[in-house]
Amino acid sequence: MAGYKFPVEASHIMMFARAVGDPNRIYHDADYAKETEPGGIIAPPTFPRACAQFDPDYPLRPRIGQRWFGSGKEPSGLAEGEDPPSSGMLHAEQHFEYHRQVRPGDTLTVTNRPGKTWEKEGRRSGKLRFTESIDEYRDQNGELVITARSVGVQTERPVEQK
Amino acid sequence: MALHANQLKAGDTHEEQLVDNLTRTQIVQYAGASGDYNPLHTDDAYTMKIAGYPSVFAHGMLTMGMTGKMLTNYVGDGRLVKYGVRFTSQVWPGDTLVAKATVENVREEDGQHFVDLTVSTTNQDGTVVVSGSATARIDP
Repeated sequence: MAGYKFPVEASHIMMFARAVGDPNRIYHDADYAKETEPGGIIAPPTFPRACAQFDPDYPLRPRIGQRWFGSGKEPSGLAEGEDPPSSGMLHAEQHFEYHRQVRPGDTLTVTNRPGKTWEKEGRRSGKLRFTESIDEYRDQNGELVITARSVGVQTERPVEQK
Repeated sequence: MALHANQLKAGDTHEEQLVDNLTRTQIVQYAGASGDYNPLHTDDAYTMKIAGYPSVFAHGMLTMGMTGKMLTNYVGDGRLVKYGVRFTSQVWPGDTLVAKATVENVREEDGQHFVDLTVSTTNQDGTVVVSGSATARIDP
């Protein structure tokens, strides 16, 4: 099967839980987690999106030796007229279905397929082009663990602030 | 700690403050943990001068993740079967967010009880930043 491998590690879960400000011990304390209903450390609900770390083609990670669109000496490392990889793209929706809990030690295989696309006129950012994408996460036994659907939106101009 | 079907009814709510005065450092932490290094979230020079926003802003997924903490505190660990949101407004450094879950429906399917929730996170001005729904397994 195509796709890439997402090895789930306890330290990654701990750092992710810290980043979303969740002190729940089930995300970092194995002794505590053993006594809970899940019976061990599990990942927080939005952790599956951290698969970006392992996606070899993920565009929003600097590549060693390549120019990056964020600032250095100049506000952007790209040449004038060169488009950043995410030009005007924002995250519009995210949906998860949990078939079982993600646990450290899982090796998930993530496969992606495109979904629908549609357009809409936005009041604060011009024409909006929506693109749907579906990720399936299967475990080391080929069982479906997570189905995720995300919608990105390409704006014509930056979202106006009130 | 799980919720019980016989103690829940439509209209019940659970509310939590997610963050008071969101820092740029927490947004950086989220970038590092999630792997989403889009400079729009961590790099004011790029975001203000090139992208045309007043400052960096939080990943939508950071707000969804913080909102998830409210949900798992309410329904219990390992109980969610579905969780989805729309990102309706941007979240900025300095924002204070409150998330609320409202019971829509308590139901039984093949002997398993579920609660369907609507989820909404608002900022200090009352603007909804995340709006969605979730379903969790509950006890009888």
